[in-house]
Amino acid sequence: MSTPARSLPAPAPAVNPETKDFWAATADGRLLLKRCLDCGSVIWYPRAICPQCSSLHTEWFEASGRGRVYSYTINYRGEGAYQDCAPFVLAYVELDEGPRMMTNIVEADDADLAVGLPVEVVFHDTGEGSALPRCRPAAPHTHAGS
Amino acid sequence: MTIRGKAHIAGAYEHPDRKIPGKSIAQVHAEVALGALADAGLSLSDVDAYFCASDAPGFGPISMADYLGLRRLRYVDSTETGGSSYLVHVGHAAAAIAAGKCRVALITLAGLPRSQRMPRTSASALAPEAAFEQPFGPTTVSMYALAARRHMYEYGTTSAQLAAIKVAASRHAQHNPNAMLRTPVTVEEVLESPMISDPLHRLDCCVISDGGGALVVVAPEVARDLPRQTVKVLGHGESPKLADNGRIDLTYTGAVWSGPRAFEEAGVSTGDVDYVSIYDSFTITVLQTIEDLGFCEKGKGGAFVADGCLEAPHGRLPFNTDGGGLCNNHPVNRGGMTKVIEAVRQLRGEANGPVQVPDCEIALAHGNGGSLGTRSAAATLILGREDA
Repeated sequence: MSTPARSLPAPAPAVNPETKDFWAATADGRLLLKRCLDCGSVIWYPRAICPQCSSLHTEWFEASGRGRVYSYTINYRGEGAYQDCAPFVLAYVELDEGPRMMTNIVEADDADLAVGLPVEVVFHDTGEGSALPRCRPAAPHTHAGS
Repeated sequence: MTIRGKAHIAGAYEHPDRKIPGKSIAQVHAEVALGALADAGLSLSDVDAYFCASDAPGFGPISMADYLGLRRLRYVDSTETGGSSYLVHVGHAAAAIAAGKCRVALITLAGLPRSQRMPRTSASALAPEAAFEQPFGPTTVSMYALAARRHMYEYGTTSAQLAAIKVAASRHAQHNPNAMLRTPVTVEEVLESPMISDPLHRLDCCVISDGGGALVVVAPEVARDLPRQTVKVLGHGESPKLADNGRIDLTYTGAVWSGPRAFEEAGVSTGDVDYVSIYDSFTITVLQTIEDLGFCEKGKGGAFVADGCLEAPHGRLPFNTDGGGLCNNHPVNRGGMTKVIEAVRQLRGEANGPVQVPDCEIALAHGNGGSLGTRSAAATLILGREDA
């Protein structure tokens, strides 16, 4: 049995000078990550300092947009902007580049949800010059190594 | 230098009410302050140090100090680590007393989430992580649900095992006349309660209550002259657990660090502990904490709690004998204060009769603030009976 498609709100994030490049890219359908130019660590969430080695030398690069579900929950009690859209799926997705990113799983039947599920990023426009990176089950041929 | 034996908890008071209409938050802070000082045999004029967290209305510790008329203060601390703040405060107060900075420290917690609408302070829009989390709709319960799911995935923990924690708390709460939920429940009833955020059910969640509590921590020479039995602070550990550059691990808590620090300072081990107050915002909080403190092997918490070992007075690890946050009280969504208070009751032999642990000499109280699912702050206290 299929689960009805979930219609989720897309509340706009607060953007600041440190994160404006990230959010501008989301509006173009690209997921950017920060890499430390000194220790090579992939940084999440994006910030000006590398929390691994304290370097202030970082650069943006475009992520693959692929990963796997690290954990998920079907939340039946949304709050705030999500008050009237429960149930919806909140998750951490481990990106192929390493970081575990908080997100929502969309376009998935409840029965298909699982830790380890391969997913790919989709972007939901906030209407304010940014888009939320959410994840849907990856088409099998698009996920390297699956 | 350690704080072992250099400070005593002389007063402890839990507000008896769980819904308090018609009073202000400052007023309830004052009621619990007076309650704890009366318990100690002291008065506001004896207080020379004041500790509070962000539940105290106004300007850090200053507004409440002014409201209470604390004219002799020479030490203040408004460390905010969520629900564990008050265990942190006991540790900081003991250190300040040991360093000679103060002699009588008052710690208060109070709030009215049931009677008054409160602004949410935990999800500040200015936090650097906010934009990368808040737009996806995380709620407190759902963040703990993510931790529960991952623990289940890695270790095979079941919802029935989590439910056993609630069952034990409910059996304790039936003996507490002030508890919000006094009817014992079964594993089946927990599993049949509505799903809030899968896999956590309504009965996996703590209560929401008005109220509060207060503690008075004093120097040993002050304790000597007081009429009441006091409790020795033997050890303290605190440890923030961070999201770790996006490599967050949801299967453990900061107790893996705060526990060993507290045990080392106290000079005791898990086998010496007669009673534990374990932070119980959700059943999964208890399960992970018990593992992380070393009471059972990591990942085996489910089997450990499922055989009734948490039940007082004769279980191997009697816990939360007041009913805990799951059944008794979780004032202002912050369970740390009541964890310390029940540990003090046990060490004084003043817990409710059927759940008093016989010859209780060493107790552990543990708090966890923030969210297991993102960033949190653990704090562990080891307390001893006055003759310990």
